[in-house]
Amino acid sequence: MSMFNVFDTAGTAMSAQAVRLNTTSSNLANAGSVSGDPSKVYRARHPVFSTFQVAMDSEIGAQGVRVDGIVESQTPLGVRFQPEHPEADENGNVYVSNVNAVEEMVNMISASRSYKNNIEIVNTTKELLLQTLSLGR
Amino acid sequence: MQIDSFSPHEQALSFRARRNEVLSANIANADTPNYKARDLDFQDVLNAASRPSSSLRTTHATHISTGPAGVANGDLKYRIPVQPTLDGNTVETDIEQTAYAENALHYRAALAFVDGQIRTLKFAIKGGE
Repeated sequence: MSMFNVFDTAGTAMSAQAVRLNTTSSNLANAGSVSGDPSKVYRARHPVFSTFQVAMDSEIGAQGVRVDGIVESQTPLGVRFQPEHPEADENGNVYVSNVNAVEEMVNMISASRSYKNNIEIVNTTKELLLQTLSLGR
Repeated sequence: MQIDSFSPHEQALSFRARRNEVLSANIANADTPNYKARDLDFQDVLNAASRPSSSLRTTHATHISTGPAGVANGDLKYRIPVQPTLDGNTVETDIEQTAYAENALHYRAALAFVDGQIRTLKFAIKGGE
């Protein structure tokens, strides 16, 4: 029965959104981190989503979500002149991570809403299937 | 009265179940770049189901019946977005959610009809007890 595929579809979407929430929390936690070496500074991470076929028995629908990878943001790092900082380089500069806190908050809200949407889908489908099971009782 | 006469509601259930799958895939992919929202068109499915020549004629007992054609074969269509986005995704969550709610309601309605028919049959079988 095709409706069982809905659990797979919504499940993959929820796990993808959970990855997104994880990267968001990691980004926010490291928002203010600095380093004297630009290659060692924390850069904002974002997951890349793509669609894939969850079930082979279904010629329609059943399109789940997969995390293809996590990419680091290429936004330029902030440079701060702070010669007293223990990590400062020979010019007295430290490099600040490129996390944009506002962007991350928006990402968090969007991920949490999508997660909730998928929970609702699972609940409704479960209820429909249970009603189908009790047909004719 | 034939036992297999749940037909319109049974077909409606199968269509609604498939549409449920398509719409939930749309909502699941609400944040996937370049995903195109899809939907089944009820009118198409209805036309295909009510076309008399849509199933093959069987002339021998061992021929495999194609069954009621149409319902399962509704073509998926791409939704035209009201507000296109830059990432190429055409899912509009509010539209998908209302379509999903409407579809679930229709599924429940079809279930209620089939349930009523089963009750009627049971009533007749038990001789009105």
